[in-house]
Order: sequence, then C-alpha cells, then structure tokens
Amino acid sequence: MASNLVCKVHPVVLFSIIDAYERRNEGAKRVIGTLLGSVEKNIIEITNCFAVPHNESDDEVAVDIEYARNMYELHKKVNNNENIIGWFSTGLEVSVHSVLIHDYYSRETKNPIHMTVDAHVKGGKMSIKAYLSTMIGVPGKTTGTMFTPVQVEHISYAPEQVGVETLMKGKYNPLERVVQPQSDLQQVETSSEWIRGMLAQVTQYVDDVLAGKIQSDNQTGRYLLDLVTSVPHIEAEKFEEMLNSNMKDLLMVVYLANLTKTQLALTEKLSTL
Amino acid sequence: MASKRGIDSQVELVQIDGLVVLKMIKHSQEEGAGGTDLVQGVLLGMVVENRLEITNCFPFPKHNEDEDFDQVSVQYQIEMMRNLRHVNVDHLHVGWYQSSYFGAFINRALLDSQFNYQHSIEESVVLIYDPLRTTQGFLSLKAYRLTPEMMKFYKESDFTPENMAKHGINFETILEEIPIVLRNSHLVNALLCELSDKTKKDQKFSALDLGTSSMLEKNLRQLMECVDEVAVDTNKYLNYQRNNFRQQQTKQQYILKRDQENLQRKQRGEPPLPEEDLNKLFKPLPTPQRLDCTLVAGQMDSYCKQVCEFASQSLAKLFMAETLHVDQTN
Repeated sequence: MASNLVCKVHPVVLFSIIDAYERRNEGAKRVIGTLLGSVEKNIIEITNCFAVPHNESDDEVAVDIEYARNMYELHKKVNNNENIIGWFSTGLEVSVHSVLIHDYYSRETKNPIHMTVDAHVKGGKMSIKAYLSTMIGVPGKTTGTMFTPVQVEHISYAPEQVGVETLMKGKYNPLERVVQPQSDLQQVETSSEWIRGMLAQVTQYVDDVLAGKIQSDNQTGRYLLDLVTSVPHIEAEKFEEMLNSNMKDLLMVVYLANLTKTQLALTEKLSTL
Repeated sequence: MASKRGIDSQVELVQIDGLVVLKMIKHSQEEGAGGTDLVQGVLLGMVVENRLEITNCFPFPKHNEDEDFDQVSVQYQIEMMRNLRHVNVDHLHVGWYQSSYFGAFINRALLDSQFNYQHSIEESVVLIYDPLRTTQGFLSLKAYRLTPEMMKFYKESDFTPENMAKHGINFETILEEIPIVLRNSHLVNALLCELSDKTKKDQKFSALDLGTSSMLEKNLRQLMECVDEVAVDTNKYLNYQRNNFRQQQTKQQYILKRDQENLQRKQRGEPPLPEEDLNKLFKPLPTPQRLDCTLVAGQMDSYCKQVCEFASQSLAKLFMAETLHVDQTN
C-alpha cells in the first residue's frame, strides 16, 4: 500500500528545514518539526512546516508537544487547508528516538510521514528521503516498527519556481552568495543566452550525427522533429506586419508614459509655486 | 533600541534570505489565488551596520469582518513571534510585506501602516511583491520606506499646500526605494544544487513570452484611471485657487471702501464705523488636502516607470523574434 505513495515537497519546506537547522541550539545534533500539507489519494503534498524544540540525550527524548500544538493552531489561522501530515528531522538515518517521536505524531494524524533531510551533507549530497512506518513482528509477540521509504518528488507553484531560479544565481558566486535583482531586460538577456546555449548544443549534435561522428538516436530525432514542426509557419510579410504593429504599440506606449511623467513633473512645479 | 541610532547609520541595503522570498510567494499564491486579494505579513530580522537583514517572516491571517479582528491579529502576532523566538529565529520586527497587482500599491492605507511602523521602529521597511510579474518570470520584489521629510510631514497631519511646500514634499519624496539583495547560506546553496538537478527546465523561459499585450493593457488602464483622478483633483485645486483669489479681491475692495468711508466720517466729525470681524464676512475657504493627489501622482510615476521597463523588455523580445524569423526565411 505504501509503495505507490508519492510525496511532493515544495521548496519552501526544504528552505525552512535548512533554516531551522542552522538556527539549532548549541550542541543539538538535529532539529525536528512538524510538516503541514494535504493528502489526496496517493499523493502527499507538503506545503509548509515549522520547527519544534526538542531535547535528546542518549536514553531519552522530549518533544515540546505544547509548542507544536500551539504553533499548529497559529498556522491554521492563516491557512486552514493545511493539516499535520507528519514530521521532519535532519540527519541521514532513522534512529531509535525517531520511533518515539513518530509515535507521538501517529496520535496527531493517521499514518504520519517522516522526512529526513541530510543537512550534514554526509553522503556528499543533501539527500531528502521520506518514510512511512509499518508494524512488523509476529502476532502476540513484541512488535517492531519498520520505516518504509516513499518516493519524494519536488513540485512548486509557477512563481515559486521563478523565485528558486532567481535564488539559484547566488550559488555561482561562492564568496558573496548574493543575488542582485536584475532588470527585466537583463533577465530577457539571460534567458536568451540559455536558449542560445541549448540551440548550439542541438546544432552540434545534429552536425555530429550528419558527419557520422556519433550514432543517431531515434528518440532524440523524434524530439527534434517535434521541435521543428512546433515553429509556426507565418508568411514573411504577415510576420513583418505583426511585428511592426506590436513595436509601434510599444513605442507609442513608451512615448505616452514619458509624456505623462513630464506632465506630472510640470503639474508638481506649478502647484507648488 | 532603534531610536538611539542616529541618521548616519540609516539602512542603505536590504538583504533578504531566500526563505523569506519563498514564504512570501507561497503565502500570496495560496491565499491570493483566484482573487485579487492582497496578502500581508510581518518581516523579522535585524540591523547589521547599514544593512537590514530580513531572515524570516510570517503571514497575517486573512482579514475578516469580525469586530475584534484587530485584537486577534495582534494576539496572533505576539504569540507567533514568541514561538519563533523559541526556535532561535530573529524575533525583531523589521517591517512588513504586501503583495500588489500591477504595481498598484501607493495609497493611504500603505502610507498609514508604514508610518506607524516607522514611528515605532525606525528602520522598518515594506516589501512589495508582485505575484503577476513573478509568474511571468521576473521576480518582482521591492523595498520601500517613507523619507524622513515625509515622516515629519505626516506626523503633523496637515496636508495643506503650504505645509507641503514647507517640507518639500512632492510625489518623488514620499517613498524611497532601498536596494535589495538576496542572500543564501552555504547550506541553502547546497540545497539549491540538489534542487536544480531535479526540477524541470521548462519554466526557465517564461521570461521570453511574447504575449505581452494583456499585461500592457491592464497597466495602461490603471494609468488612465489615475490620470482621470489627477485631472479631477487638479480642477478642484484650480477652482479653489480661483475662488480664493476672487475672495481676496472682494475683501480688499471692502476694506478700501470702509477706509474711505471712515475718512469721510472723520472729516464730517462723526465717529468711525464700528470694527467688524472680516473673517466672518469673508469666511476663509477650506484649503483642499493635497496628499491624496500627491499619492496618485506618485502612483502614476511608478506606473510610468513600470510601463517603460516592460516596454523595453518586450521590444527586446520582439527584436529577437524578428531575427529568428529572418534566419528561418533565409
């Protein structure tokens, strides 16, 4: 039953988890928190989360349940479509204590999901995993809990995606780690750079295949055909006309906008005389 | 703590964590979806030298008509901040954020809230986030605050033309924009590397969409409304000036007449006419409030700038399309 479950994570959740980890108490090995979201059939969508203070030592674990409940109520006020669907912790493995915390969350919601984010980057990657627990054992004897992995996917709203893309630029300058917001024009430039790069790559591939340097691939060929046919065929004159009228519109608008600005400045000067 | 700082340590740069950006996007996406509801929330962070670091935020609950809504929302804020403090989040209130459609945000409500914020916390800023433009591929995020002159002016709440001139207030000196940068920790950058492997690439080119006319149309429509408003207001003001001038003239004439009469009476040895209250005869006309008009002008200015920027990138795209097409036909 657990195998066809898909867990979809929004980037904001991961950002929150990392932020919570960076703000952990001194000496704390990991942070935990509640995941909020919605469940629809076999898809679990995680849209929000918050950290919950907890104490962990070798032989005991204490979670601030009061805090978790309080915080959930507060989140409910903003968006009451979000329900508790599980919990997260940082770190790679599921520990003994995880079972205890998982028990607590089982009381809050049916079949809670457990997500781990490897914030220590132990495996050289920040792996994100999700689990569901199942009871195992022989009937009548002591039972154990088994965490079965669940597939994790990333999804985001369109504006979220834009946000992430913009933030991505920061990782290319490791010293400063800052992203200056660009003007629209610069962004168009960046996008066209990308497109150029991609086109160059495709052309290179086609040339190579034609020259017989690499084996042609049917799948790629089909994609290329799709690409070529998706370009709309417009007569040159018509296209020219469309383009020109569009440009005229824009130029007119720019002219008007500037005129308005001048007018404004004039009014301002006149009325303060 | 805030009021002790002098003007020399004014905030010159706003540094925003990626987390804040995404949280705002999420909030406006989930709550504002479908309608044109504005969403608002609180920014948390701290001031470091001349930099305002915004490291976290949380949304305000949805506005409802309950009478005790204000109280509930204050309670909510206090509680949220206390809770966040528990998990070591910066708990200093450094401003607020608001979503806006097509850049329509300069109005009295914003001015009021921002004034209150800046009055109690000097370095507060307001972040304006535009969900529509962001969906088109341009992350639109701007930080504003009221200028010191505007703060003084607004405090006196005397919006007559004279007072405005005294403080040197015009539509350009109401709000000032503060440059922003986005910054992420190393760990978040590591996460971004992880994410970039897994996300689809087709969103990258939403910035290259050629269908720009609807956006432009909306913008122009709003601009038109503003122009109408300004025109009406200017007319009102002109009328006031004309009436005022006329009144002054009649007043002068009246005084002149009385003086002459008094002179004649004196020559005839009669007592002068009794003193009269001139203000009663010529009630001073109410001076029109100029603030709203100035705000609209400010809004128009920002629309114009926006339209220009929008047009420039659209032109660039058109030129690109043209080149592509020429290549194809050749």
